[in-house]
Amino acid sequence: MIGLFRTPRPELRAIPGVTGPAQTDLPVLLPAAQLIGRKARQDRTNGFRLELKAWHGLFLFLLFLFFTGVAAAQVDNTLDKGVLATLWRWIPLIVGQGFVLNLIISFTAMALGTAAGVMLGLGQISLLPQVRGSSWFTTQLFRNSPWLVLLFCVMLLLPFEITIGDVIIRIPDWTKATIGFSLPIMANISELVRGAVQSIPSGQWEAAESLAFTRRQTLWQIILPQCVKRMIPPWMNWYAILTMATPICSIMGVQESVNLTQQALVSEDSRPELLAPFYLFLLVIFFCYCYPIARWTVSLERKFVVKL
Amino acid sequence: MESFYDWFRTLYNDTGFNFVYFYEEYERERFIRGFWLTIYLSVTCVVFSVIIGVVGAWLQGSNLKITRRIVQGYIQFFRNTPPLVQLFFFYFGLGAFTPSVDAGGYYEPIIGSFGWAVISLSFFAGAFNVEIFRSGIEAVPESTREAAEALGYNRLQAYIHVILPLAFRVCLPALNNNLVNLVKTTTLAYAIAVPELMYTANQIWSDNVNVPEMMMTLWIVYILLVGVLVWAMHRWERKMRIPGYGQ
Repeated sequence: MIGLFRTPRPELRAIPGVTGPAQTDLPVLLPAAQLIGRKARQDRTNGFRLELKAWHGLFLFLLFLFFTGVAAAQVDNTLDKGVLATLWRWIPLIVGQGFVLNLIISFTAMALGTAAGVMLGLGQISLLPQVRGSSWFTTQLFRNSPWLVLLFCVMLLLPFEITIGDVIIRIPDWTKATIGFSLPIMANISELVRGAVQSIPSGQWEAAESLAFTRRQTLWQIILPQCVKRMIPPWMNWYAILTMATPICSIMGVQESVNLTQQALVSEDSRPELLAPFYLFLLVIFFCYCYPIARWTVSLERKFVVKL
Repeated sequence: MESFYDWFRTLYNDTGFNFVYFYEEYERERFIRGFWLTIYLSVTCVVFSVIIGVVGAWLQGSNLKITRRIVQGYIQFFRNTPPLVQLFFFYFGLGAFTPSVDAGGYYEPIIGSFGWAVISLSFFAGAFNVEIFRSGIEAVPESTREAAEALGYNRLQAYIHVILPLAFRVCLPALNNNLVNLVKTTTLAYAIAVPELMYTANQIWSDNVNVPEMMMTLWIVYILLVGVLVWAMHRWERKMRIPGYGQ
């Protein structure tokens, strides 16, 4: 269909000075250029890769120590007013309650998003045009909206309690945030599933057909098992991205690590010298959690590299 | 136009759907101001992040080891930390150290929340852009560079006239991914009270108690905004494609 509306070689007009078709097949650019284009298209489904290295964490930690030192030099370092002492008092709250909530939100949102995303992704490769179209539309809708907007929609539009008969079920903030996060994850996983199914060589489908597999059998027994292997590294990358994104629900007052840090700072009379050490401490925690995931993703990617 | 606005007033009176920004002039102006600020913020960040990307990629090709190290450190820092924490770190952390000027009775910091949002988001997207441009530059063959040198271009001239135009075409798809991502990320500026679309919508629904209507509007506006951007970028990508490369 699209070919019908295209002029024969539109790209020729796009480059100033090029008036006719190519006279030679010699490449103007290294094959690296092709790789970059392919990688960009891959990034659209896999998300930006987190490339964490051990020295990043070390650097953040040193920066944290540096700002702690600067802060300590600014104030009288009496016993319970010292920067490290203050931080030490708040660590149980920030990590034990706040960061744990970040993790709970990320686990749950990932589980919900994956379950819904796989269904939506399978819908996108359905043979029924209505199912395919609506799944595609839903996917694009949630992929193209900013996470914060989706989060706001869910947080403010869902009721804070539901009444079933006489039972009143209260929905806590973080549950709504979890649902809010699972929506963009759902859309991206859906795109991932569609991409993975399409990346399986068509020979697999044809071979299955010649062995008299039905479409459902082909999908479940031949195509999807191969997809799972390819999807694991980008899926883990999405998990890391999600974990990095969980602090945005602090804007809506969910009491996770960033929100609790802000509260801690306020209850310490908002002493300006505490700001940098506290926020750097947060960065260090997030790094410590995401680093192993990122490394693992890279190693799995190497292991599962597609051999055709 | 007036009758169009009045239709929404009737809609509110009849059904209770309160699209207040249509028929109340005050709210309309507020909403439009917010919308333009979002566009302004996005465009400013896109421009600065591309500049940062181009300059950073040039610095990365420098002969001095220390320059390369600094650029690398910058990229790694901004790539691997959550943008919201970066924003807070800039606004609250560094904002506390910036001097204030007397603005008639009260002291106003030199860099306001909008300024910090632009700085933080540009540096965030710029870090990705440096890598993107660098990969594009590396894709330009050594012989092209040598040919430019043979024609008497110096390093900067060759960069601007020969390498960058080629590299730009090569890395356009990757650049587009990043810029679309950046426009989505501008919503985070809400957190430091930059009066952009999201913040204004919040003000409007706080004043008029019409959360569902404003939420829907906000969502649709953002989807249209990002949708138009994605569409335009794809078109541009197809137009700028180098013949024989990519499919």
